[in-house]
Amino acid sequence: MTFIAKPEVRHPGLPTNELGLTTRDYEGVMSTLCAGCGHDSVTAALIEAFFELGIAPHRVAKLSGIGCSSKTPAYFLSQAHGFNSVHGRMPSIATGANAANRDLIYVGISGDGDSLSIGLGQLCHAIRRNINMLYIIENNGVYGLTKGQFSASADVGSLSKRGDRNPLAPIDPVALALGMGGTFVARSFSGDKPQLVPILKAGLAHPGFALVDVISPCVTFNDHQGSTKSYLFTRQHYHEAVSADFVPMLDEIETEYGEGRTIDVTVHGGGVVRFRKVPEEYDPTDRDTVTAYLGERHQEGEIVTGLLFLEPESSDYHALKKTVATPLVDLPFEELCPGREQLEELMNEFR
Amino acid sequence: MHGNAVASVNQFAIKLATVNGTGSASANGLLMQAIFRMGVPVSGKNVFPSNIQGLPTWYEIRVDRYGYTARAQEFDVVVAMNPESYGRDVAEVRPGGYLIYDSSWPLDPALARDDVTFLGAPLARMCNEYFEGARERILMKNIAYVGVLAALIELDLDVVDTMLRERFGKKEHLMDSNLRAIRLGFEFASENFECPLPVRLETMDGTGDAIMIDGNTAAALGCIYAGASVGAWYPITPATSLMDAFLRFCRRYRENGEDGERRYCVVQAEDELAAAGVAIGAGWMGARAFTPTSGPGISLMSEFIGLAYYTEVPVVFFDIQRTGPSTGMPTRTQQGDLLTVAYASHGDTKHIALFPADPRECFELTVTAFDLADRYQTPVFVVSDLDIGMNDWMCERFEWHDEYRPDRGKILGAEELEQLEAFYRYLDVDGDGVCARTLPGVHPKGAYLTRGSGHDRYGRYTEDAEKYVDVVDRLTRKFANAAEHLPEPVVELAPGSSVGIITIGSCAAAVREGIDRLTEADISASLLRIRSFPFSAAVTDFLETHDQLLVIEMNRDAQLRRLLTLETGVPESRMGSIRYYGGFPMTADQVVAGVMKELEGVTA
Repeated sequence: MTFIAKPEVRHPGLPTNELGLTTRDYEGVMSTLCAGCGHDSVTAALIEAFFELGIAPHRVAKLSGIGCSSKTPAYFLSQAHGFNSVHGRMPSIATGANAANRDLIYVGISGDGDSLSIGLGQLCHAIRRNINMLYIIENNGVYGLTKGQFSASADVGSLSKRGDRNPLAPIDPVALALGMGGTFVARSFSGDKPQLVPILKAGLAHPGFALVDVISPCVTFNDHQGSTKSYLFTRQHYHEAVSADFVPMLDEIETEYGEGRTIDVTVHGGGVVRFRKVPEEYDPTDRDTVTAYLGERHQEGEIVTGLLFLEPESSDYHALKKTVATPLVDLPFEELCPGREQLEELMNEFR
Repeated sequence: MHGNAVASVNQFAIKLATVNGTGSASANGLLMQAIFRMGVPVSGKNVFPSNIQGLPTWYEIRVDRYGYTARAQEFDVVVAMNPESYGRDVAEVRPGGYLIYDSSWPLDPALARDDVTFLGAPLARMCNEYFEGARERILMKNIAYVGVLAALIELDLDVVDTMLRERFGKKEHLMDSNLRAIRLGFEFASENFECPLPVRLETMDGTGDAIMIDGNTAAALGCIYAGASVGAWYPITPATSLMDAFLRFCRRYRENGEDGERRYCVVQAEDELAAAGVAIGAGWMGARAFTPTSGPGISLMSEFIGLAYYTEVPVVFFDIQRTGPSTGMPTRTQQGDLLTVAYASHGDTKHIALFPADPRECFELTVTAFDLADRYQTPVFVVSDLDIGMNDWMCERFEWHDEYRPDRGKILGAEELEQLEAFYRYLDVDGDGVCARTLPGVHPKGAYLTRGSGHDRYGRYTEDAEKYVDVVDRLTRKFANAAEHLPEPVVELAPGSSVGIITIGSCAAAVREGIDRLTEADISASLLRIRSFPFSAAVTDFLETHDQLLVIEMNRDAQLRRLLTLETGVPESRMGSIRYYGGFPMTADQVVAGVMKELEGVTA
């Protein structure tokens, strides 16, 4: 059996959101990933984020490429259309889909192989175009489906299960996105749901390309001693630079935070991202200080996490292209076809 | 002076040899359009290098009062403006013809030919005297030869004046320069040569209501009229001008005012792979989407083509063929992608393809392609080539009926979904191989996961043999059903003839002319012009009812013949093959010679 439907059991006491839906309405089919896979935690965080934001599931389009990570769109939002495309090319499918219908909420799930090797070019261009979507890289440093080869995000010196040491420098998606002009750059850990859920929510609300690199350990091929993407290593070297909350536009910000600085950033499309515990020298809206901070921390051997950078004045691809506000798929044919008279007039110009 | 000349009104060919990037394209276009406006049937073939500036380039103009538009076989007049190619250009003049050259510098005596009249005009020197600045002098030198020709072949100068006024409008400086340059050439030729030549123009009524347009512009217009709203591309010769034209039309028809919102989205992708992905993503979402490319792009897009085939996403691909393999000759034409397009991508794949033979068909078949893509939920290829795509062809005006509405095929809307108990994407409810699809965002019941991985009729992932076969067999049925609903081939039967000529695409012009000439020589042949793939019964009928079959095409490996054998079972040994694949458009001479040779082989 290769397709496992979840039994529909509804607990009467399950909380509902503003649409009257429960978290069950945001679930998908049963995961076929390995037990303990970090990706399943990311799926759970996504379900929570969508539920909490009260997004109608069918107004979401979920996309992926190929790999373990790319199987996960089946595991959440079964009432949303999904597209499990080809290896490394999901960003182009998302670009075209978004070009055609700008009103849907787009979420792309990718992995370090899918995004940083075969799909590196497409990822860069999706960042550059600032396609309005949440783009998650479930990053485990290893090729799972082909059984344990190093990926392009494997750290120098990291040990493979077979005993090889990786000699090649890693590609860091966070550094990449910052360098490419990314407008929303975050890193989190599949094992830290309290941190991950608000980041995902903020990413969904961000009017542009929201890149979230999630360290998501592979329990089968990369969770051993000597791996730098294991649960243990990540927990030991993990440093939350800033905390972020996402507050939708209509909610009041009530929570009081005791420690550290707080910076509120109003998201272009509505809502506020509240950064908490912000270090003195850190400004999450200033690309240069963020880049410098991450570089420093990297030298110390820390994996810095959090919503690291946010461009408050983000203009997505449609804004840059001046596309009409109505989704192109909804334009009536009469607004697309100039008609007979215009053609006759035009034909005279080819005389 | 014109001792061995053949007098001919409205039936001759001119070849213009110039340097790329010196404004000659503009001059040549002006010349051809002026002839056209005199009511004289004319066609032009741009033989250009893969270069922006500096290399030799040629433009061939065929004037034919009978309206034949295939490439000219020989040249009555050659205008040699590029010393680098003088040798070749002098050799191209037919015996008794004329060579016009820039006599600002002496011609190498070694180039002399007794059977050709040399007409030297010091165009560079004259333009250096009349114009300021290096760039203008070069540009005007090329306009000046239009003036020389005007005197020699009696081109109507009033027509040229009108066209310049239209072209430059209020840019008076440009218009004055052009007019002066043309007068310079005209006056020099009138004073120094015996005008007109025996080959000359005469106003006639041979063009009727026709227009002069290139196939890429026509296809772009087809995209506009079909309601395509998302285009994705990576620039590639000879497909680039298709998207250029689409954008031009979009600015005109799909924008409200100067800074208005745009009712289209064109993505210039990072490569052809991404271009295909963007088009497929938009097609999945429900927009009419397309990507124009050429052979190298099709190779790169192949993985995505298979995805669209298997997931059944409507999308239109344009393959403006150029000479392959590999980079090949990017500025030369060929029909080398026929097999590639028919079966593009790994695994069992097969695609609907349409083959226009001229710009008018590019327009019409483009609209048809979008309808077919939607109806059959599959990629559809419009297979054109550089000759159709980038050369100006005289053809009938395009027509449009305002009653036209896109055939969107089976799409379930919110209300229909609301009433359904459950929706399954690949369930063949109607038994015609085409399943209903839903668009994202419309209704929760319509949701499913589109996947390139193995899936069953319910759209669920599968590794089960029977469930997999069930879906791919349905795809075969879908294609078999589609074959009879594609644009029919053009069949012209010659009563009683056992010779059946089969051709495709841009060869048609030369083949039509060739058949007429064969008929004059008492060799009659029927014609079948393929316009779509998979082949319909009409194609099989033609093959079965003609004893001597000849397939005429522009590739080395007789790809059309092979495709016919693969799909109809008619063995290759039953079909003769005439091929020309050097990169230039086919000529009627090649057709006649090829047919004669093949028929001799049969009778001998």
